[in-house]
Amino acid sequence: MSMTSARDISASAGVPRGAFLDYPLGHTAGRPNEPELNHSIMADTLAAFEAIDEPGTIVDLSYHWASSDEWKDGAMRPFVPHPGAAAIDDRVERFPEPQYQTDDDAEAAASTHSGRDCLVCAGVDF
Amino acid sequence: MNSVTTAERQPPVPYIQRTREKYDALGYDEFRWLASEPPAPWAPLRKPLAESHLGLISTGGVYRNGQTAFSYKDDTTYRAIPTDVDTSHLRATHFAYDLTDARTDINCVFPIDTLRRLVGEGAITGLAQSFYTCMGGIYSQRRVREELVPALVERCVDDEIDVVLLVPV
Repeated sequence: MSMTSARDISASAGVPRGAFLDYPLGHTAGRPNEPELNHSIMADTLAAFEAIDEPGTIVDLSYHWASSDEWKDGAMRPFVPHPGAAAIDDRVERFPEPQYQTDDDAEAAASTHSGRDCLVCAGVDF
Repeated sequence: MNSVTTAERQPPVPYIQRTREKYDALGYDEFRWLASEPPAPWAPLRKPLAESHLGLISTGGVYRNGQTAFSYKDDTTYRAIPTDVDTSHLRATHFAYDLTDARTDINCVFPIDTLRRLVGEGAITGLAQSFYTCMGGIYSQRRVREELVPALVERCVDDEIDVVLLVPV
């Protein structure tokens, strides 16, 4: 069973079962600090999981991100600084090194690796 | 939240079309989207979810403090996150979505608290010992098929779970 906020991509990939949540990318399972809403979304997803009996079915969950769908107008658009100008690449660079959320995380990972019982290096938890 | 009429709603964002338009505008060569021929692979549920153990795979770039973070360039590694993890130790890193809300509450892309609560309510028997996380935005379909997916499938089989929930971002 796949949750998804990109209905066309999941349909193209051919998920066996899907639950489509019509939210912006980055919210496949719900909103921040809204446990009741997210519980409801997951309960509906699990209900769809049990109900789908046709391969490739994607169920549309009945939630909306906002009272208006205007947010969709700007989703995945090229960045054009002013009308008529060439598109500018505003994507985050695809750095080949690990990208830590915080400096503390980088130190914690380094500490993990330096230990004798490094799970990462043992291939157990990497 | 659902107070407006359906007539004012737009259809789902056409991400495949818009991604093509965006990359065309940036001067990129043509690329091929993942497309599978129907019918989709199918395995019937053998028992109700209330009697099942559930695993999870998230592509949101989630790691636990102490683990190596993901890189942004075709990283086909994965992380095992114990399902009794302290949620405050979880992090998100990714180049292709706005991380603000996931870093505020990881449940947006890795619904760990949401699923632990549903286990407590009896909707699911239990969770796998570990959930798995990886990156999305891997441009090589071949590397995903040959490296990442077989490794994840092997772990899920070893975990003896009944069902897997995918949470792509």
